[in-house]
Amino acid sequence: MSAREEILRRVREATAGVEAPTRPALADSGPVSVDLFADRVADYRAVVERCTTDQLPERVAAAVEGRVVVPAGLGVEVADAIDDDQLTAAELDRIDTVVTEARVGIAETGTIVLDHGPGQGRRALTLVPDRHVCIVRADQVVADVQDALALLDHARPLTWISGPSATSDIELDRVEGVHGPRNLHVLLVED
Amino acid sequence: MTATFVGMPAFPEAARTALADTQLRHNLAHATTTIRDKRARVVAEVADWEDLRVAGAAIKDATLADLEHHLVQLEAAITAAGGTVHWARDAAEANRIVADIAKAHDADEVVKVKSMVTQEIGLNEALAAEGIAAWETDLAELIVQLGDDLPSHILVPAIHRNRAEIRQIFREHMAAAGRPAPDDLTDDPAELAGAARLHLREKFLRAKVAVSGANFAVAETGTLVVVESEGNGRMCLTLPEVLVSVVGIEKVLPTWQDLDVFLRLLPRSSTGERMNPYTSMWTGVTPGDGPQEIHVVLLDNGRTNALADEVGRQALRCIRCSACLNVCPVYERVGGHAYGSVYPGPIGAILNPLLHGVGSDPQTDSLPYASSLCGACFEVCPVRIDIPEVLVDLRAQVVDAHRGDRRPKAESLAMKATGAAFGSARRLALGEKVAGLAGRMLNRESRPPGGSAWTGARDLPVPARESFRSWWKRTQR
Ligand code: SF4
Repeated sequence: MSAREEILRRVREATAGVEAPTRPALADSGPVSVDLFADRVADYRAVVERCTTDQLPERVAAAVEGRVVVPAGLGVEVADAIDDDQLTAAELDRIDTVVTEARVGIAETGTIVLDHGPGQGRRALTLVPDRHVCIVRADQVVADVQDALALLDHARPLTWISGPSATSDIELDRVEGVHGPRNLHVLLVED
Repeated sequence: MTATFVGMPAFPEAARTALADTQLRHNLAHATTTIRDKRARVVAEVADWEDLRVAGAAIKDATLADLEHHLVQLEAAITAAGGTVHWARDAAEANRIVADIAKAHDADEVVKVKSMVTQEIGLNEALAAEGIAAWETDLAELIVQLGDDLPSHILVPAIHRNRAEIRQIFREHMAAAGRPAPDDLTDDPAELAGAARLHLREKFLRAKVAVSGANFAVAETGTLVVVESEGNGRMCLTLPEVLVSVVGIEKVLPTWQDLDVFLRLLPRSSTGERMNPYTSMWTGVTPGDGPQEIHVVLLDNGRTNALADEVGRQALRCIRCSACLNVCPVYERVGGHAYGSVYPGPIGAILNPLLHGVGSDPQTDSLPYASSLCGACFEVCPVRIDIPEVLVDLRAQVVDAHRGDRRPKAESLAMKATGAAFGSARRLALGEKVAGLAGRMLNRESRPPGGSAWTGARDLPVPARESFRSWWKRTQR
């Protein structure tokens, strides 16, 4: 008998006659608050700046440092930026800043979700450089996790980001940044 | 004192050990109190927390009741998305699958995301026996691995080490594993984390194969989810060409939207955050982004035993948040090593006997007694596992299994063991010390020749361990 058949047989025998309980319905999430989103992101010790579309280019220019890479489809011009043309991981390792957009922001948890579509780049792009400047539009912010899931396409790779990389592994002292970007700079755009 | 206790080292070494043990108990108490407080704060923010817990338990129970259907659905969805699904009855089978995949790519090393299940099956040792180095990339796991040590907590496995010890481990052992620690490394946590960043980066950049577990696997979509903090998970899940994920069959969730409940329950219960820094989700292969070859190993390894246990099957709801460890008065005093398993604390006290069965191994049989039945674990459990209820039921099973033994009943001795855990810090220190020695015997360098025989014996979670009972007996004199 193959491992598959045997495991499924054991599962079938172990669960014979077991009734599935009904699931309780949960409350819908409350109204969306962009202010809450900004507060909660900042709570993770990320930098949060609010600006208008007109101000965005200058804010981006001020937020970047060193060599900058941008994904295809980014909606803002970044001077002297390198376009990501399937750079190798080693090449990305020599870049200081990446600028991207996002797919959705979650107010309750202060989370930004990337679905790595146009303007966001493939996953490695927002992982290897040490500084991530992320542009979130106010109309992309939803109230809670369930609202985000409803908008997201599971067929795409998804990265949920809540503040910069962090660890508390040494005596529970929180340290920003082990492997992901140690600096997360969020530009929240509202007009 | 003119004499030394038989078998105890002379003063200097014994003193060092005792000091280290004091540090250990201090570290543990500090850790559990800190996380407990953080958890309480963020849980209080959620108005419908109790509803969420009930929903979490119900979703898991419904999934388990119809597990065959969900597993078959998961397999089909992963396959349709370009992934390959493997099935493993036990640890040896799972280890073989992972080793064969690595070998098919001529890989002599793999990078690993922190995963309880790969510790459960002893994957690192199995790969080492095949000449494949498995690099742990979570900071705490790195500390444990470089120090030839055993993890002592689900969430913060190196919690028994302080910063000075960590600095020393890095200085002494990083060079042998790759990029050495900087000469001027201090014991500042930010510097230590920086050293780990540099040490591991070269491994991330060159690794061809990564191994992960998964926190959740969505049956209807074939999506796997890994929840983490440091970004080492993202590195492993993104940069290598090949990704192998070992997933216990109880990790499946029926629908995409079910993630809502668990992504709200897990981080608050675990690290005491509203959300953990990074969560990665992937469904099969994405052309041009991330690993182009994806494997998922669905693992039984005793889970169907647990599933067949009417009272105990609720333990399979566990999402490994570690909240029950942090509130447990027994865990806080004895630490993680005394449980002799990668699953310590209250959940370990029920999960190990459920996975392996009672009646054959004294260490496993003693675990249901490693509790005062105070019920704090149930109160905090995000999926409402009634751990005291399962403990009591398992105690009855242990007693039944030992009817006819001529030795004294397991129960009376083990109850005294629990009393002793509260009675004497000194005995606890000794218990920890022995567990530590056992851990050192497990390390790669000192592994006896004949590696495959060794790993063949590693179906049990962690060998070379001491039961509460023998530990109590030995330290009573
Ligand atoms: S038993 Fe409950 S509290 Fe303990 S680790 Fe599992 S889910 Fe968390």
